Amino acid sequence: MANNSADILEEYSDKEYEFGFVTDIEMDIAPRGLNEDTIHFISAKKKEPQWLLDWRLKAYQSFLKQPEPHWQNFELPKIDFQNISYYAAPKSKAKYKDMNEVDPELIATFEKLGIPLSEQKILAGVAVDAVFDSVSVATTFKETLKEQGIIFSSISEAVKEHPELIQKYLGSVVPHSDNIYAALNAAVFSDGSFVYIPKGVRCPMELSTYFRINSENTGQFERTLIIADEGSYVSYLEGCTAPKRDENQMHAAVVELVALENAEIKYSTVQNWYPGDKEGKGGIYNFVTKRGVCRGAHAKISWTQVETGSAITWKYPSVILQGDYSSGEFYSVAVTKNKQIADTGTKMYHIGKGTKSRIISKGISAGQGQNSYRGLVQVGSKAENARNFTQCDSLLIGDRCGAHTFPYIESKNKSATIEHEATTSKIGEDQIFYLNQRGIDTEKAVALIVNGYAKEVLNQLPMEFAVEAQKLLSITLEGSVG
Amino acid sequence: MLSIKNLQAKVEDKQILKGINLQVNAGEVHAIMGPNGSGKSSLASVLTGRENFEVTGGEVLFDGKDLLEFSPEDRAREGLFLAFQYPIEIPGVSNINFLRTALNEIRAYHNEPPLEAKEFLRLTREKQKLVEFDAKLTNRSLNEGFSGGEKKRNEIFQLAMLNPKLSILDETDSGLDIDALRIVSNGVNKLRSEKNAFIVITHYQRLLEYIVPDFVHVLYDGRIVKSGTKELALELEEKGYDWIKEPVTTASV
Ligand SMILES: Nc1ncnc2c1ncn2[C@@H]1O[C@H](COP(=O)(O)OP(=O)(O)O)[C@@H](O)[C@H]1O
Ligand SMILES: [Mg+2]
Repeated sequence: MANNSADILEEYSDKEYEFGFVTDIEMDIAPRGLNEDTIHFISAKKKEPQWLLDWRLKAYQSFLKQPEPHWQNFELPKIDFQNISYYAAPKSKAKYKDMNEVDPELIATFEKLGIPLSEQKILAGVAVDAVFDSVSVATTFKETLKEQGIIFSSISEAVKEHPELIQKYLGSVVPHSDNIYAALNAAVFSDGSFVYIPKGVRCPMELSTYFRINSENTGQFERTLIIADEGSYVSYLEGCTAPKRDENQMHAAVVELVALENAEIKYSTVQNWYPGDKEGKGGIYNFVTKRGVCRGAHAKISWTQVETGSAITWKYPSVILQGDYSSGEFYSVAVTKNKQIADTGTKMYHIGKGTKSRIISKGISAGQGQNSYRGLVQVGSKAENARNFTQCDSLLIGDRCGAHTFPYIESKNKSATIEHEATTSKIGEDQIFYLNQRGIDTEKAVALIVNGYAKEVLNQLPMEFAVEAQKLLSITLEGSVG
Repeated sequence: MLSIKNLQAKVEDKQILKGINLQVNAGEVHAIMGPNGSGKSSLASVLTGRENFEVTGGEVLFDGKDLLEFSPEDRAREGLFLAFQYPIEIPGVSNINFLRTALNEIRAYHNEPPLEAKEFLRLTREKQKLVEFDAKLTNRSLNEGFSGGEKKRNEIFQLAMLNPKLSILDETDSGLDIDALRIVSNGVNKLRSEKNAFIVITHYQRLLEYIVPDFVHVLYDGRIVKSGTKELALELEEKGYDWIKEPVTTASV
């Protein structure tokens, strides 16, 4: 591809600009640039209440005050915030008439993942018939949830239908002043998911954005809010394993989780955004703020992530362990190849007594990929007998890639037990030859070794997702060993 | 089955194999003995296609086909098996999953459908019993945390599962206590047939009391310097290798 994402973005927004937006109601995309007018425009487009507009404007003020971070160990590309379009219509028009126009490499990947043709079309941006399988699936799905009092909708819908919940919880875990990207998200977020599980309800199925995102483009500033009321349980899956080609260069999502007493939230992500080409041109900057709070005693939050896409992935799903005996978990596999960069990890804040956290991070670097684990375990003075276990492994494929670990530990309570283990290993020629000698070719051998290495994390994913994630890892690393 | 003619190979610019000749027919067991560093493992590496060895001369026919033309995995699929002197550990990959992949890859090469789970399990049980392999080890990660002896026994279990035409056992006896040695040898003896063949690389005559070879060869300095029957092994045990070394040294001057 000749154009990188920035060029496409520019071209796209330039074209739209010719028609202007103020008078034209059919308009899909806001002109580039960010100021208070942009925010008024977005809020008006979405017919939002005044309180939400005010909140966005406050967020914008804190965005203006925040410096860009510079503590990372990679070179942050200069992002021109005035050169981004901050509003795209929820339903983007199909870009292609049929599959023949789509990049054959993309189709090949879809096929390897076993994605049905109808879904391939949607993911690639091909026009599909109005009647689509998953529409009916989604409807039955919603009925079942409704019977149990579970709310699963877009944030925009929830703002209208359940303003009391949104007002109470939006920004309660990730305040808009948190960091520059979180502030930006709060100011201009397009849409996202909202989940509420009532007291004592165990959500009977995995909730997946898959059912929603197929029909709606939530855009680059997605926002998710999940609330598990006392004694409830929910497992939420974000994304799907299919690669997403997206013209947006920067993604700054925010995810907030609230688990009340005895509640449990499992949040799983498979991130496979466009990583850029072999030379490192194009690709998504994925700057996400994800945080959960165990607000009540014995609450539990577990993050599982498989990160294979994006040019730069920069995120630290965290848990605030406020309730006594609450627990937080973080399971991560992050793959970088070609010139990809991943800087990811977690933060566990032990506040309540008897709180527990467990961190399992598996980095895989190939090509010239750079992979960093950065984690913080903080134990407050009241967190009697807090416990943490961290295991942080790196696997290198080839000798031009890199793995780095930055574990930070801050403990103010002597009764805390904090364990940290780290290993670095290489896929050895010996391992590959051993498998070759048993009739297994090199590509399959790498897949076996990598999946074995990542098993502890993949096992945390719901069954079906785990199988897809396994395939994804294999496909991602195809051709990375000579 | 296997016909090696004047095989020469080097590694890192060092000539290791200096003209090997060896003929192995179906139903035969050949023992290769020789002092450390004489090139026994190197021969196994060259035959199985390890990348860092460069063949500089000679030819190898396997069932009439040019073995050296095949990739390492295709050599395995053609029916060549190496029980490694130092089996590798692969964390997280279950022994059983690995074996199923291997078996099905080999089957696919011969246009056979993958084995059904039930049939595969049946086969696993049968072979476990045959070579007295602990079922617990079958479900563990491939060789991870196995003792030296367990690793060697796993090689023989894999051999039994994959049913190759020609198996090379590279010092499978080293590191085995007498009981394990007997179990491994029994396994190999049960697997011997008119259709397959074995090349047994060993230091010690001891193993050859259990796995009785049809021929014994002595490899020294990259050449087979003496061949004979199993009595040769006894002679070596008695006299050591020095009497073998001398004629070669004189010959090369
Ligand atoms: N990868 C290698 N690089 C350099 N030298 C090697 C390599 N492998 C084997 N050699 C050398 O080749 C010779 C034969 O080794 P090897 O075949 O392992 O002997 P044996 O198995 O008979 O003990 C030795 O001198 C050894 O040091
Ligand atoms: Mg050796």
